[in-house]
Amino acid sequence: MKRLSILCCLVAALAVARPARATVHVVTSLQDFASIADAVGGKRVDTFALAKGYQDPHFVEPKPSFVLKLSKADLLIVAGLELEIGYLPPLIDQSRNDKIRPGAPGYLDASNGCDILEKPTGTVTRAMGDVHPFGNPHYWLDPDNGRIIARSIAARLTEIDPSGAAEYKANLATFEAKLSEGEKRWDAALGPYAGTQVVTYHTSWPNFLKRFKLVAAGYIEPKPGIPPSPAHTVELINMMIEKKIPVILMEPYFDQKTPKAVAEKTGATLVTFIPSVGGVPEAKDYVGLFDYDVKLLVDALAAKKGKP
Amino acid sequence: MRGGHLKKRFLISLCAAWLAAAAAAVAQDTPTPTPTPVPPEPEAPAPAPTPGPSTAGAVNPTFFNPAIAVIGNFLASAGHNPVQPSPAFQVEESEVSFQAIVDPYARADLFLSFNNNGVEVEEGYVTFLNLPWQTQAKAGKFKVQFGKVNTLHLHVLPWVDEPLPIDNILISPDTWEAEGISVSKVIELPGDTFSEVYAQVLDGTSGVLFIGPSKSDLTYNGQYRLFRDFGDDHNLELGFSYAYGHNGTSLTNTTALQNAHMVYRWKPLQGNPYRSLIIRSEYFWSQREQPDGTQKAQGLFAGADWQLGRRWFTGARYEFSDRAVDAALRDKGVAATLTFMPSEFSMLRAEYRYREYAPGIKANEGFLQIQFAIGAHGAHPF
Repeated sequence: MKRLSILCCLVAALAVARPARATVHVVTSLQDFASIADAVGGKRVDTFALAKGYQDPHFVEPKPSFVLKLSKADLLIVAGLELEIGYLPPLIDQSRNDKIRPGAPGYLDASNGCDILEKPTGTVTRAMGDVHPFGNPHYWLDPDNGRIIARSIAARLTEIDPSGAAEYKANLATFEAKLSEGEKRWDAALGPYAGTQVVTYHTSWPNFLKRFKLVAAGYIEPKPGIPPSPAHTVELINMMIEKKIPVILMEPYFDQKTPKAVAEKTGATLVTFIPSVGGVPEAKDYVGLFDYDVKLLVDALAAKKGKP
Repeated sequence: MRGGHLKKRFLISLCAAWLAAAAAAVAQDTPTPTPTPVPPEPEAPAPAPTPGPSTAGAVNPTFFNPAIAVIGNFLASAGHNPVQPSPAFQVEESEVSFQAIVDPYARADLFLSFNNNGVEVEEGYVTFLNLPWQTQAKAGKFKVQFGKVNTLHLHVLPWVDEPLPIDNILISPDTWEAEGISVSKVIELPGDTFSEVYAQVLDGTSGVLFIGPSKSDLTYNGQYRLFRDFGDDHNLELGFSYAYGHNGTSLTNTTALQNAHMVYRWKPLQGNPYRSLIIRSEYFWSQREQPDGTQKAQGLFAGADWQLGRRWFTGARYEFSDRAVDAALRDKGVAATLTFMPSEFSMLRAEYRYREYAPGIKANEGFLQIQFAIGAHGAHPF
C-alpha cells in the first residue's frame, strides 16, 4: 500500500513538473510559409507543406494523402488569391476538420495585409490567360511581405496556443532581426543595379522586382499560363536586343527550350531563379531563399554589366 | 431470408448513425462550457499592418451565390457501329454545375447534364462535412462509389467514352447514378497510408441495373479504398467495391456486383516538367439472378496515359466485358487517344476505337471531342 502511495505521488509530481504541451500542427500550401511558421513557432509547432519548393504551385494534385495531414491540422496557412483553388477546397472538405475551414481561427490567408500587385482593373476574362482576379499571388517574394506574413502567423499562433505567446513573440523578434540583416545585404548587393530591366518566364516576380527596384521588360509567356508562341518569341527577342536586356529569370519547373533559345539569340544570361524555399537544397529557409536568389542575380548582372 | 434480415439490420444501423449524426450537428449550436480556466490574455506579437484584406472589397451582393461553371462537351464521330450507334455530331453530357456551402455543417452540389435528348439531374446532393467519428455523409442523387471510373464525370475521363464494363456490367450508357444516402470515413493506416470506407444505401431502382419490386427493396453499395505515396513522384490507389440489390426480373431475383480497381501515377515534381504516366485498371464481376438462371459475367479494362509535352497527352486502352444479362456474349475492344489541351480550360481529343461485339460484329470508329470550361475554376481532376 505504501509503495502504491509513493508511486502515485511520483506520477502526480511528474505530471505537475512536466505539464503536457500539445504541439500545434501547421499545414501550409507553400514551403515558404512552413519555413516562416517554423521560425516563429519554434519547438511548439510542427509543419508540413503541401507543395514542394521545386514544384509549380499552380498545379498541385489533390492527393488523398494530403487529407490525412489536413485532418490533424490546427492551423492551415494559404497564399490565397486563388493560387490554391485547383486543389485545396476539396481537400479541406474531405479533411472533416472544422478548425481549418475558411473563416475559422485555424485558417490563415497569408495575403492579408501584404502588398499585392497586378490587381486587374476593368473586365477580367480568361482571354487574359490564367489571370488571378484578386492580384498576383507570388507576393511572398518580397521580404517586406515576409515580415507581414510572420507577424500574421505569430498573431494566429498566439490565438490558437495562448500559452506560447511569449515564445512566439521572442521568435518573431529574432526572425525579424534576421530578415532585416538580410535586407541590408540584399539591398547593398542589388542596389547598384537599380532600374535594370529583366525578362521573366511567368509573372512570378513582380514583388521581388519592385522591392529591389528592378523592372520586368517582358515575359517568355505571352500571357500568364500560356506557353510561348513563335510570334511572341520573335517580338520578345527583338525587344530584348533593342533594350539590351541582360538577364532572363525563369522558374525551375518550366521547359528551358524557349528561354535557352531566346538567351542564345539575345546574349542574355538565363538564370534559374528559385521561387520558394526548398527549390534547391541551398534555399533552406526564407532568408536563405533570398540569399540564394540575390547571389545568382548579382553574379549574372555583374558578368553582363560589370561589378559596381 | 438471412440476407434480408442482415439488410434490415444494416439499414437500421445506418439510419441510427444518421440520426445521431444529425443530432450531433444540431448540438454543435449549444455552447460547450470550458473545462479549464482561461489563461490570462498574453501580450500578442505586433499585429500585421492591416491596410485591408487584399481579397475583399465592398460587400458583393452575389457573394453567397453558388459557384457556377459550364462544361461543354462536343463529340463528332465517324465510322460504323450497329451495336452502339452514335450521331455524327452530338452535345454529350455537357454540364452546368452549381456548388456552394450551405451553412457551417454542409455543402451542396448540383450537376445538370445536357445532351441531344434533353436535360437531366446528373447529380444533386448535400454533403454533411464533419459528423461524429470523423464521418461524412451525402444525401441525394450521386454517382455511386463503385470502382473508380464510375465516380468520375465524363469530362475528366482520359477517353471520349466509358469502357465496356460500364456499358455491359453496369448496364448503363454512361455511369451508375442513384438516389440515396452515403456515409464515409477516413481511416489512417501505418506509413501515412490513406484509406476510406464508404457505405451507401440507395433506392431500389436505378436505371435497369437494379429494379426493386417494392419500396423496401433497397440497393446497397460499399467501397474500401487505399492510397499511398511512394516518394514525391509515385502513388498508388487500390480499391474494392461490392453492391447488392434486386434486379426486377422476378420478385426475389438479385444482382451482386464486385469491382477491384487500381490506379498508379508517376509525375516527377522536378527534372521532367512535362512528363507523367497514369496506369489504371478495373475488374468487374456480376452475378445476376434471372428466370433462366444466374448469369455470371466479368469485365475488365486497362489503360495507360502518357504525357508527351506540356499540353500533349496520348493513351491506349484495352477492354473486354461479358454482358450481364447474357454472360455468354462477350464484347472486346481497344482504343487509342491523342489529347491536346490549349489551356487548363479547353481540350481537343481524337480517339480511334475498335470494338468487336458478340457474335463477331466489328466496329471501327473515330471520334473528335472538343471540351471547354467556363465559369468558376473547378478542382483539378485526380
